[in-house]
Amino acid sequence: MTVTLRHSWYMTVRHLRALWRQPAWIAVTLVQPVIWLLLYGALFKRVVQIPGFQGGSYIEFLTPGVLVMTAFFGAGWGGMPVIDDLNRGVIDRFLISPVHRVALVTGRIVQGSLAVLVQSAIIVVLALITGAHYRNGVGGVIVMIFLAMLLAAATTAWSYGVALYVRKEETLIALMQFLLLPLTFLSGAFMQLSLVPGWISTIADYNPLNWAVEAGRSAAMKHTDWGFVASRTGFLLALLAAALLFATRAFRSYQRSI
Amino acid sequence: MAQAIEAHDLVKTYAGDVKALNELSFSVQQGTVFGLLGPNGAGKSTTVKILTTLSRADSGSATVAGFDVASQAEMVRRNIGVVQQGTTVDREATGRENMRLQGQVYGLRGRGLENRISELLDRFALTDAADRIARGYSGGMERRLHVAMALINQPSVLFLDEPTTGLDPEVRADMWTEISRLANDQGLTILLTTHYLEEADNLASQLAIVDRGRVVAEGTPEGLKADLRGDAIHVELAQAEGNGHVTGALAELGGIREVAVDGRTLHARADDGARAVPVVLQALESRGIDVASVSVARPSLDDVYLRYTGRTFDKAEAEAGEKSR
Repeated sequence: MTVTLRHSWYMTVRHLRALWRQPAWIAVTLVQPVIWLLLYGALFKRVVQIPGFQGGSYIEFLTPGVLVMTAFFGAGWGGMPVIDDLNRGVIDRFLISPVHRVALVTGRIVQGSLAVLVQSAIIVVLALITGAHYRNGVGGVIVMIFLAMLLAAATTAWSYGVALYVRKEETLIALMQFLLLPLTFLSGAFMQLSLVPGWISTIADYNPLNWAVEAGRSAAMKHTDWGFVASRTGFLLALLAAALLFATRAFRSYQRSI
Repeated sequence: MAQAIEAHDLVKTYAGDVKALNELSFSVQQGTVFGLLGPNGAGKSTTVKILTTLSRADSGSATVAGFDVASQAEMVRRNIGVVQQGTTVDREATGRENMRLQGQVYGLRGRGLENRISELLDRFALTDAADRIARGYSGGMERRLHVAMALINQPSVLFLDEPTTGLDPEVRADMWTEISRLANDQGLTILLTTHYLEEADNLASQLAIVDRGRVVAEGTPEGLKADLRGDAIHVELAQAEGNGHVTGALAELGGIREVAVDGRTLHARADDGARAVPVVLQALESRGIDVASVSVARPSLDDVYLRYTGRTFDKAEAEAGEKSR
């Protein structure tokens, strides 16, 4: 176990270092959530005037949505560098070393989670400045960020596994394009679910992204329901476990095929 | 433990019924440089993938450094170093960072690891470039870094899969020197795969010729060539003559075999080519056949390959190229 943790950290360092050396990546990563928050905040500003909206200011309502969306998108593309590593034989080199397979995945997860943490901090502060009010203080904010990181971790593991199966950048891009935006809009990220068509809110009940958004909003903002937060946290943990299992199996399938 | 590698009847079939290995067997003595020679697509890389625990054979068994590749994969991994085809160094990291990560995953840490890294970087003339990003390395430097990384855990068996493919001729010569130096390492066994005949000839002390997933011949490069019994003699005639006329001239000569005429070229084989030349020339002259030039060649691995597979090496390579397209 400790060896696996240590190996995960070695891999994390490798990924962080590679990103650290790409100033453009850092700039985009930091600016993007700001743009989303301000853009969507302005675009849907009038949503609060719809009868039945209970969210307070729209920025306050939107903050968990942008936070989770940012985490989800970043993690969704997590499989891309995996394909690069596969093509270069880097994955093969690690597979024939004593590294545990899970450490290869968790290394990416930890790196992605750290990115989510930094992005979330920016969003939380910016939202505070533009008028959001966190009713449960720092504790609620931490739970909200934790839920976003949990979703990102599960998504990274799925993306990693899919990358091992498809092994082609084009396929992975097509698949992610197909999934990321629809899953974002089939949730309560931008709109209160009681105000959308019934079929959307039904799908949203089963959408992991929505679990993170609604539970995060519940933890940090008004109408806190800790039982709901706990159950959705449990769902996301189960999803992460399933995703890790999937990614580990994907290694086995990859090794059988070569 | 006298055998560093033993492979028994390895079979591997890929999706689409492509048989990569067809009961491939060989064994490698400890401390030797063993060459797996064959054209592209013969099954060399598949063999390396199975022996290094990356892939699994459908059937058959193998041991590396005394451990079973299927049931004791973890022990095999700790005892081998692998330089895969192409290079698998992380191009976004420096040479030293690549070395460090490779050492860390084998459980090396701290002062001991840093010393080992410096020693290997020095040995492979990479000290000056050690803290530069590997993206800027030349092909030769990248390959040397890869070999240095493969040695970080002091393996007892080193796999070099096509170590000079894609390198410039002069860089290839440097690489050969490095590999020869490695061969002198105490107890290190090297398995080298190559599709360059000269490379196998130069570096390997033992050789297996692989064709279509099987070992078709095994021995020392010299032994394999000696088995062909004799040198090749090529005579270029001044003008085309009747085939019977030419072969008749040589028919009675002792020690001259496999006489064949192809237009103006005469091929024959003799135990000692240099001694046979004056005899052949005299016999031809006595029949009034004018000779333009004569050459004698020691048997090459190309001849060996031709004998065991029925096709020339170049032709096999061309076929493999067509198949992969």
